[in-house]
Amino acid sequence: MIAIVDYGSGNLQAIRNIYHRLSIPFVLAKGPEDLADADRVLLPGVGAFDQAMGELNASGMRRALDQAVLEDGKPILGICVGMQLLARSSEEGREAGLGWIDASVRRFDPALIARPPRLPHLGWNTVEPTREDPLFAGADLRNGYYFLHSYYVACDDPADVLAFTEYGVRFASAVSRGRIRGVQFHPEKSHQAGVQLLRNFALSAVD
Amino acid sequence: MLRARVIPCLLVHRKGLVKTVRFADPKYVGDPINAVRIFNEKEVDEIVVLDIDATAGGAEPDAAMIRNLAAECRMPLCYGGGVRTVEQAVAIIKMGVEKVAISAAALENPGLVSAIGRFVGSQSVVVVLDVRRHPRTGAPELWTHNGTRNTGRDPVAFARELEALGVGEITVNAIDRDGVMKGYDLDLVERVRAAVSVPMTVLGGAGSLDDIGDLIRRFGTIGAAAGSLFVFKGVYRAVLINYPSRAEKLALCDGALTEAGA
Repeated sequence: MIAIVDYGSGNLQAIRNIYHRLSIPFVLAKGPEDLADADRVLLPGVGAFDQAMGELNASGMRRALDQAVLEDGKPILGICVGMQLLARSSEEGREAGLGWIDASVRRFDPALIARPPRLPHLGWNTVEPTREDPLFAGADLRNGYYFLHSYYVACDDPADVLAFTEYGVRFASAVSRGRIRGVQFHPEKSHQAGVQLLRNFALSAVD
Repeated sequence: MLRARVIPCLLVHRKGLVKTVRFADPKYVGDPINAVRIFNEKEVDEIVVLDIDATAGGAEPDAAMIRNLAAECRMPLCYGGGVRTVEQAVAIIKMGVEKVAISAAALENPGLVSAIGRFVGSQSVVVVLDVRRHPRTGAPELWTHNGTRNTGRDPVAFARELEALGVGEITVNAIDRDGVMKGYDLDLVERVRAAVSVPMTVLGGAGSLDDIGDLIRRFGTIGAAAGSLFVFKGVYRAVLINYPSRAEKLALCDGALTEAGA
């Protein structure tokens, strides 16, 4: 059973619909007990870093999330701002992140982007995995994935980068460390390549 | 590489989908949810849904419809129509919509753009500029309420103001080209593109994939939106939802970007 963390940060409906259509069981986690019962955790997120982190801290699930991920070793997938929350901190805000990945969240430097449009990074861009990973298994990457963001995760350890995307800089569009995964793009809005990724997260061994 | 986006734009009128010509004569073309399902299968880059009754009729955004659309969309959804407050925008984003479009409300109260951005992230705030050229001088002017009210404002100056307010995207909609299918107003696009560096989407006038190709060749990474092109087929404008195949679309975008030297 996947627990989709429902801490008020919007946009769970599309993810729910995909799992529903795939007949993959999930629960919307609104409290610690929902996380205890799950064997995988999906952490969505939209909007600003502090807003999302504040809502997550206020949800009463913070402790249970640490337990699930750090102690029980349950696989987790952070999506968009949910991926950014895995980092220590963000230039966008003052709140501390979850700190599960040694990374900080930075704003794109518009001066490095050759011609308009500059920010936000909006649209379909190429995602190049750095290694084989169950998350991307069988996904047709030719169409790219859908991005909508102005900040990106900068990893301290290059080994944590699971995929690169180019936008002024080569940034980590996916991260992985142990059973922790994060994607900056929106798989729930990326058609078949996104459906495949969400299916992989739910069904494959991620070690 | 970041691709140009090819975007169907759907207009909702009395709960049905319609297509207009120069913002008039709405022709019924089907059911919104059904259209979204077909566009899902065609793997469209994004979809824009504009409720053309809401602002003009002073109505609230139709929450039930938006929720249904968001649930159905497997692609990013931008909703516009009747959004006048931060609370409405936040509620719409929470329904699973990626971007909220405002138009008249932004002209009346530009501060709304940054206010909404603070709550939902500026990347999710779109302003739609409905532009009509002055019949004598040809000067572009901003109109609101389905092209019934002329604000007399210059779209280029207003686009600059919007960028300073942190708008996430600007959609330029040429009223004179709406439904005419003879090509985009590239001169208008050029003026706005030169003024701001935020993402832009262009609407009004696309009659063929060549028109979209022309736009992308000239402007590189841009949103190419169309209504009629993706809902009508043939000279008799028979209703048939269509969209380029992935290969056609990638060729359109890649070829164009290379020529643009990006």
